[in-house]
Amino acid sequence: MSLLVVEDLHKRYGKEEVLRGVSFTLEPGETKVIIGPSGTGKSTLLRCINRLTEPDRGRIWLNGEEITSPRVNIYRIRAQIGFVFQDFNLFTHLTALDNVRLGLIRVKRMPKREATERALRELARVGLADKANAYPAQLSGGQQQRVSIARALAMDPKLILFDEPTSALDPELIGEVLEVMIELAKGGMTMLVVTHEMGFARSVADEIIFMEKGVIVEQGPPEAIFTRPKVPRTAEFLRKITEFYGEQG
Amino acid sequence: MTAGDWRGLVEGIPSLLGGLGINLQILLGLIALGFFAGIVVALIQVYAPRPLAAVAIGYEWFFRGVPEMVLLMLVYFGLRQFHVPISPFIAAVIALGLRSSAYQSQIFRGAIQAVGSNQMMAALSVGMTRFQAIRHVILPQALRLSIPPWSNEFSSVLKDTTLTSAIGVIEVFKRARFIMGRNYALALPTFMVVALFFLALTYLGNWGLGALERRYRIPGLEAKGAGERF
Repeated sequence: MSLLVVEDLHKRYGKEEVLRGVSFTLEPGETKVIIGPSGTGKSTLLRCINRLTEPDRGRIWLNGEEITSPRVNIYRIRAQIGFVFQDFNLFTHLTALDNVRLGLIRVKRMPKREATERALRELARVGLADKANAYPAQLSGGQQQRVSIARALAMDPKLILFDEPTSALDPELIGEVLEVMIELAKGGMTMLVVTHEMGFARSVADEIIFMEKGVIVEQGPPEAIFTRPKVPRTAEFLRKITEFYGEQG
Repeated sequence: MTAGDWRGLVEGIPSLLGGLGINLQILLGLIALGFFAGIVVALIQVYAPRPLAAVAIGYEWFFRGVPEMVLLMLVYFGLRQFHVPISPFIAAVIALGLRSSAYQSQIFRGAIQAVGSNQMMAALSVGMTRFQAIRHVILPQALRLSIPPWSNEFSSVLKDTTLTSAIGVIEVFKRARFIMGRNYALALPTFMVVALFFLALTYLGNWGLGALERRYRIPGLEAKGAGERF
């Protein structure tokens, strides 16, 4: 059974239809990378999946449970879906440790000691055990993004959504975040990643989804998409983005 | 001033201090009422559905638009007319507290909006309810941002407590007038003493708020000179 099923998702902002019937599935342990030009609905799609943005139409199932049903407890669902934002969005008034354990204590009702141990483990996993007591403003962008990944991991998510996790980073900080993501993918975490990092997409993704103007134009394994795209528009986009970002992204 | 006048002034000081104690009690009451009601009004304005937000905006418009003296009269004499046995002290706390809540609500609204929707989104993304997000993520940041503008409101309402003499609260201003009534030569020194009391309280209050701002400053985010003197 697919872990995530997205069926005919539509979303409109005013006159502009940002998502125009998007459907795909995600299997357990799979990493899918969504690529496409800016303003094409990729971020909106991710936000619709955990209903931070309400879709206008379409249905989503997580582990067989329809999460677009009006009867579903969306807070319980969100706790099972990690979300990593482009701008990190760490809680600025809390230390790295508190950022990671807040959800454990308040949402999972975990005793404080247990939550602390778990949060420290997750910080160690992203290589930031020594920064537990630092505040977000005292961390580099790459470190902040790794804390935000630890925050998502601590909740034991069934999948993690990454919304351009390296787009706000200085080039020399991108690597440390991608390394963490590669480790997660190797460890079997289910991931849906919106990114312009073509090197990452090519080497880590099980499947690439190319989106434009609110629809999926083409999807397939990275080798097929990168070397012999079926749709001319995909080829054109890949050529442009490779020129701009380089092969390794 | 004669020696007798000086003696009169010195003898009057305990009474003035007693009166100042009443001003402080009114201040504590009105600030507390204004603080909690102000936060509720701000949260309704930012997060509640439009009809409810409109009610909160109307509330703010009314209490910011009516002069404080008129509010004092409305609450005290208005309620008395309906045979509500309200004391001048309680009427003062309610009238000035509601008025302050309207001003404080705008301080908190601005601070909540300055925290930004991304923090709310991040809190929701880990599974928090909106209430939990407001309680654990939004308000702790918004309240920190509120301290500097809030110190303005504190200084303002501290002085407003002297208006309550108009509905019969025997506070420091009223007592100063008693002293002046007994001996007109004491008018200037007595009111100078009252002025000094308020200068000292304003200083102490703002010093305390500056200390609070430094205590809760977020490391790495220090605005240069926040809570400090240049």
